[in-house]
Amino acid sequence: MSRLVLRGLTKAYGKLTVVDGVDLTLAAGEFVSLLGPSGCGKTTTLRMLAGFVEPTAGSIELDGKVISAPGLVMPPERRQMSMIFQSYAIWPNMTVAENVAFGLKLRKLPAEEVRRRLWEILEVVQLGHLAERYPAELSGGQQQRVALARAIVVKPAVLLLDEPLSNLDASLREEMRFEIRRLHDEFRITTVYVTHDQAEAMATSDRIAVMNAGRIEQVDAPHLLYTRPKTRFVAGFIGRTNLVEARLEGSEIGFDGCRMQMGQINGVPQGGSRPILLSIRPQSIGLHRVRPAGGEGRPVTPGTVVQRVFLGESWDYVVMPQGSGLRLRVTAPPLQVHEVGEAVWLEFDPRQMALVE
Amino acid sequence: MNDTAAALPKPVAGQAEGRRGGLLRRLRYVEPVTLLWLLLVLVLLFLVAAPLLKLFSVSFQAQETGTFTLSNYATAYGRARYLDALVNSLTLGLASAAIAVLLAVPMAWAVSRTDMPGKGFTWAVVLGAFIMPPYLGAVGWILLAGPNSGFVNRFWQWLTGSEGTLFNVYSFEGLALVIALHSFPLVFIFVKAALDLVSSEMEDAANILGAGTWTAMRKVTLPLVWPSILGSFIIVFLETIALFGTPAILGIPARINVVTTQLWQFFEYPVRVEVAAAYAMPLLLVTIGLIAVQKLLLARKAFVSQTGKGGERRMIRLGPWRWAMFGWCALVGALSVAMPLLVLLQASFAKAWGRGISLDNLTLRNYHLLIFEHEMAMTSIWNTIWFSAAAATAAVLIALLVAYIVNRRLMPFGEVLGFLAMAPFVIPGIVMAIGFYAAYASPPLALYGTAALIIFAFTARFLPIAYANSSAAIRAVHPEMEEAARILGSGRLQAVSRITAPLLRKALLGGWLIVFIVASRELSAAIFLVGPRTRTMAVLLYDLSEAGNFEVLAAFGGLLLLITLVLVGIGMKLVGRDFMLRRI
Repeated sequence: MSRLVLRGLTKAYGKLTVVDGVDLTLAAGEFVSLLGPSGCGKTTTLRMLAGFVEPTAGSIELDGKVISAPGLVMPPERRQMSMIFQSYAIWPNMTVAENVAFGLKLRKLPAEEVRRRLWEILEVVQLGHLAERYPAELSGGQQQRVALARAIVVKPAVLLLDEPLSNLDASLREEMRFEIRRLHDEFRITTVYVTHDQAEAMATSDRIAVMNAGRIEQVDAPHLLYTRPKTRFVAGFIGRTNLVEARLEGSEIGFDGCRMQMGQINGVPQGGSRPILLSIRPQSIGLHRVRPAGGEGRPVTPGTVVQRVFLGESWDYVVMPQGSGLRLRVTAPPLQVHEVGEAVWLEFDPRQMALVE
Repeated sequence: MNDTAAALPKPVAGQAEGRRGGLLRRLRYVEPVTLLWLLLVLVLLFLVAAPLLKLFSVSFQAQETGTFTLSNYATAYGRARYLDALVNSLTLGLASAAIAVLLAVPMAWAVSRTDMPGKGFTWAVVLGAFIMPPYLGAVGWILLAGPNSGFVNRFWQWLTGSEGTLFNVYSFEGLALVIALHSFPLVFIFVKAALDLVSSEMEDAANILGAGTWTAMRKVTLPLVWPSILGSFIIVFLETIALFGTPAILGIPARINVVTTQLWQFFEYPVRVEVAAAYAMPLLLVTIGLIAVQKLLLARKAFVSQTGKGGERRMIRLGPWRWAMFGWCALVGALSVAMPLLVLLQASFAKAWGRGISLDNLTLRNYHLLIFEHEMAMTSIWNTIWFSAAAATAAVLIALLVAYIVNRRLMPFGEVLGFLAMAPFVIPGIVMAIGFYAAYASPPLALYGTAALIIFAFTARFLPIAYANSSAAIRAVHPEMEEAARILGSGRLQAVSRITAPLLRKALLGGWLIVFIVASRELSAAIFLVGPRTRTMAVLLYDLSEAGNFEVLAAFGGLLLLITLVLVGIGMKLVGRDFMLRRI
């Protein structure tokens, strides 16, 4: 059952359209990330979900009922949602326990139940021993847990997270990613998570909606987003890639001396003769000293190493195929060493290529 | 999951209900903030816009008929004496501002950049001079440097055996110095704030190229803070030309007429408010113009090197010179605070102040007279306290609401409110008082001499202080603090009262105390508006000074200072040591 439906959601400030016709549907219990660079409209979308921002066009439905539309915005306090803010917004004048119990008390639950649920959630986020502390006495990670506990304890219909990890240091951020996913697996709250960090989105989400310039470019599961990017933006934003201009000729695709059967590449429409754009991941290209067999329709082409960087976990080569101005980035394991200027053979795998718009 | 959901109101149904339902729902979602906005607009129009507009229109009206005329301007600028007063005000403003800069810039540099000893002492001097009402300092200086009987001059005569006077306070120089000794803290605060932002590496860079400490200071440090020196010069200039008490106490006996004392004379019977309004225009225009210049100067932030990196600051080692700098600060402290305060205190406990400190001259009679016998003293103390408290409460409340609406962008034209709340900043107190007189003293409101009129005027006059304070406080509370409460189910008003208000409490208390303190000593706005039963301490002090009974006057000044000190003490305890001196 779909819990949250966004239909043509649009927000414009004067002539500036920040969110531009966003369509998105979340199933109950699903975890979806809005991923994109800063200024892509993801936070505005989230704030429309929360009811802090009124849409210019389109609507938001919660369990089949419109909660946001132009001129009709149910105020945030009636949406049964909860939210985790970039600044955490932990109230410094209240203890950890008072912060977490705030929403429960607003719901006028019996004192006994407030106490039970408060301690339950404090145990879950491992803050039981800090219940009487004030936020100023907590570390960044602990404050983050308070924010999580405060948002989850009310068992919201939808949980909204606005770049919740951007103020933490790198190692803590990694830890909290798994914490957030663990809490989701435990409580199954429908969640919308806004981030600009693809690793965060991949670690936490069931599906990721990649946003750019106010629009959703693609919504897919993390691995599909990586292996089957549909647009040039998604291919470049999720991981690193080589964008190669190629030509579709009948049933064949070619670029710089490489020929492939188009049936081998996903999502290529039949027929015609036109230029197309291919996304080729650096680690999908094989590097060889001698010409490989190139079986199973794996095209090969000679080239020259023009640049290299050793990154510890891998080599990062730039290789120019013979007789072309193309500069392909190729990732190779640490032990595979090639000198700059060395002649090599490139081997492509069409199954790992994607046609992008 | 459903158990909690049930406790909350059900989401409203969708658009399917049709247009009528949609409209009803829209009305239900109208937040009370719209009504509040309207109310605030009315309040601010009443407090700020109406008196100013009335001042302007009255200056073009004939006294009897109310028809349009330019004769008020002809009268106001038609006599050499009136024009002299304008020139005197400008010259006095320049002189006082120059002296204040000379006094304060070395102090600010020494405290901010060097290893001078006694920095806490210097802060105390600045705070003391800031707290001391200017007219009280003027009275102190009459006792110190009156031409014949002043202590300084008598000491000089004793020392040299001559009959002459070292320094006559009833003179243009005396007036300029006394005003500067009161207003130098403004320069100190501005310039020190700018110096605090100059990184030591700026000076190091000059040193490594061969400049010594003094050269580096002259060629690098001072030029960097030049905008703030100029800005504070302008502020002191404006304070001076708008000041009433000191010129009235020192200038009138010395026959030095300035704009403010001339305005006061226009209010002597028969009151010529139309002429006063016309005569006040230059004061208003100069103030507006110079504040604009000052804003431009300080807006060039790039000039003040706010380097985030390499902002390490080391104190310059002055060697023996540090005692010279300390001597300078001590001298300023003696002239501005210690000496006037000492002679006032002495006089307040003396039978005759001229006889100096001796046991048989000691008496409590002056205080006794004020507290138990004087017909107005206790009334004026009570008036001062409750007028100031009412004005401070009203100003902080209005300022808080306006600042909230503006900062949270709750209304499309919220900035209009902010502009109105800040507008009194460019209106000299005396001009505002004339505006209030013109607008509300006569029927239909007929508020002349009532407590309400004074409270309204004080509220309007100090609204900018309260607004700057509230605005800074609200900006410091992240909007997400409130949003976090709302998404968990509390309405806007509940979020404000449960989250925002507690977080703002301290800052608002600080703002309230500052408004109370400045209102409790306000003279220029009060003196035009008080009636026989609504005189404040400041007004009564001025009346006492005209009567020339310095012992009782000093005792009354002592009471005023005591009240101020108690409040400053409370503020420091509750809000923080520097709550009075934070740069707004």
